[in-house]
Amino acid sequence: MRNRVKVLAIFGALVLVLSGCSKSNDSSASAVPDIPMAKSVGDGEGALNIIAWAGYAEDGSTDKAVDWVTPFEKATGCQVNVKVGNTSDEMVTLMKTGEYDGVSASGDATLRLIYGGDVAPVNTDLIPNYATVTDFLKGQPWNSVNGQMYGVPHGWGANVLAYTNGKVTAPTSWGAVFDANSPYKGKVSAYDSPIYIADAALYLMKTKPDLGIKDPYALDEKQLAAAVDLLKQQKLIIGEYWSDYTKAVQSYEQGNTVLGTSWQVIVNLINSNGKVKVDATLPEEGATGWSDTWMISSKAAHPNCMYKWMDWIISASPNAQVAEWFGEAPSQTKACDVTADKNFCATYHATDAAYAKQIHYWTTPTKECLDGRGAICTDYAAWTQAWTEVKG
Amino acid sequence: MKLSGWLFRHPRSRLAILIAAPMAWLVLAYLGSLTTMFLSAFWSVDSFTGRVIKNFSLDNFHTLFTQSVYSRLAVRSLSVALIVTIIDALLAIPIAFFMAKVLPQKLRSFAIVLVVLPLWASYLVKTYAWRTMFSNDGVLDWLLKPLGISSPGYGLFATSLTLAYLWLPYMILPIYAGLERLPDSLLEASSDLGASAWQTFRSIVTPIIYPAIIAGSIFTFSLSLGDYIVVKIVGGKTQLMANIIYDNVGTAGNLPFASAAALFPVAAILGYLFFVRRSGALENF
Repeated sequence: MRNRVKVLAIFGALVLVLSGCSKSNDSSASAVPDIPMAKSVGDGEGALNIIAWAGYAEDGSTDKAVDWVTPFEKATGCQVNVKVGNTSDEMVTLMKTGEYDGVSASGDATLRLIYGGDVAPVNTDLIPNYATVTDFLKGQPWNSVNGQMYGVPHGWGANVLAYTNGKVTAPTSWGAVFDANSPYKGKVSAYDSPIYIADAALYLMKTKPDLGIKDPYALDEKQLAAAVDLLKQQKLIIGEYWSDYTKAVQSYEQGNTVLGTSWQVIVNLINSNGKVKVDATLPEEGATGWSDTWMISSKAAHPNCMYKWMDWIISASPNAQVAEWFGEAPSQTKACDVTADKNFCATYHATDAAYAKQIHYWTTPTKECLDGRGAICTDYAAWTQAWTEVKG
Repeated sequence: MKLSGWLFRHPRSRLAILIAAPMAWLVLAYLGSLTTMFLSAFWSVDSFTGRVIKNFSLDNFHTLFTQSVYSRLAVRSLSVALIVTIIDALLAIPIAFFMAKVLPQKLRSFAIVLVVLPLWASYLVKTYAWRTMFSNDGVLDWLLKPLGISSPGYGLFATSLTLAYLWLPYMILPIYAGLERLPDSLLEASSDLGASAWQTFRSIVTPIIYPAIIAGSIFTFSLSLGDYIVVKIVGGKTQLMANIIYDNVGTAGNLPFASAAALFPVAAILGYLFFVRRSGALENF
């Protein structure tokens, strides 16, 4: 008995010591950390570690013809290591490790990275190709703070509704994936991330106007509950949630999924494999989408290489290649002259500011409503909790 | 020479030097990290920037205990771990018995190699193989079609079966070791005295291999409880408690909540070990 008390006492002492070590650190998130901006770009450091969405940094290993990393390596001597991030949350977590030089962040990650002090402001004067980037992508709320850019715009696009050709009658509405009596029960898939709640909110915004949703990323308690209910009802017809794009490709190819939200790049991959034919459509309700930004880590070990990469990826030819491969609008206006498909920029409305406004870009939901209703909205933590609840 | 003489005269110092390294490892790397995890479970995270706020609060536990989804997940995870353990025990006993008592001596080591062989293949390869088997028009579909049923598809059933497959060797080996210690003469004596095969199994074999089954079950139970990859690959739309930990570490970046959730498997396994100890199965180890 005495021994046990002793052990307990030692453990208690350890707890006290450890909790004494932990200084309380309660700085609020409202201020942007002061991180110095680069003044010049020197020679490359020989290596570059980046986090990218699948299809953003292709080195020819997926498809021999798809390669804009190798020319970059040859030109700059920066050996590129690519870590594919599957979700924005994963990218934020990876960036926090400080082991990467940069990231292709979507709007639901950018602000978290900026306010978290994980990325540095970008000196756009050091990036020659920045001058000709599409104007409506510069100085946007998701890539800048007080007029200071925190990255270079990469490209943008919409989340599409994908369906297997021949197995599904062409849908025109997101209703197809939310219909409780769907004929494709058990073969519908959805994106496995809290941000997918916005897709349900967008659908409710168009079909249930009395809920008063103005922005799918600004939901109060009641609106979030409605979206969660819709997603719980959707769960009954879901076969599988996907977050990993290779799994998504396989799922369509084996017929486990025939209908669901997807990315153009996944559709392109499936069709280039040729096992099944998958079509993609932009439903009548509009869509959620992304506008991505290349950002440089505040702890970058290879800042010169990262600056060179940011300039490279928005130069005409690589930007056109990545846009065509991924299926998104390029950010570089000059890219439109060098796309393989001459109508590409027109198809993706690359320079059409009015069209770009209709897409609801991924944004981090915050307590302070993004539509200006005050501090009554649910934040990302609440969305994470809600998503756990949806999956059950 | 001097040093060895000194060590010889001071047995306690000798012992201290000898066990210093393993003890340091145990205390610092193992107990230390457990303590850190326990402590950080009381912290929280700034929901916007993801920075950890080191203020004591019980919020994480409040969420875990009041939101019904977590108790459902806990029950589901325990059930899966239990089902996997039962499937493995049911499969492993006859296999181990065959290996230890029926196979001729020289074939036994070969049988052990066969049992251990799957452990040399990557966990992911095996799980993806099961994913293909459970898929639409996969092997299971093809096998079951003549019977008029289709593959159960991805879900808890597929998860349990895949886990049972993965951890089977960990159940077979201890039971085999237990059975090897069982003298053949006991079985012969039992049948000489007129016991039926079932009676022999129940009254002779089972009590002797019981500790071995428990040893195996500790592996299968704890490995299943901690697994989140299999359910991601063949689980379809379900999730388990370990996914909550993974999601909070890997995607939400909420380490404090993950720590709080991680205390569940720790508690469950401690509870299981306590139960096993009470049953007396560990006394023969």
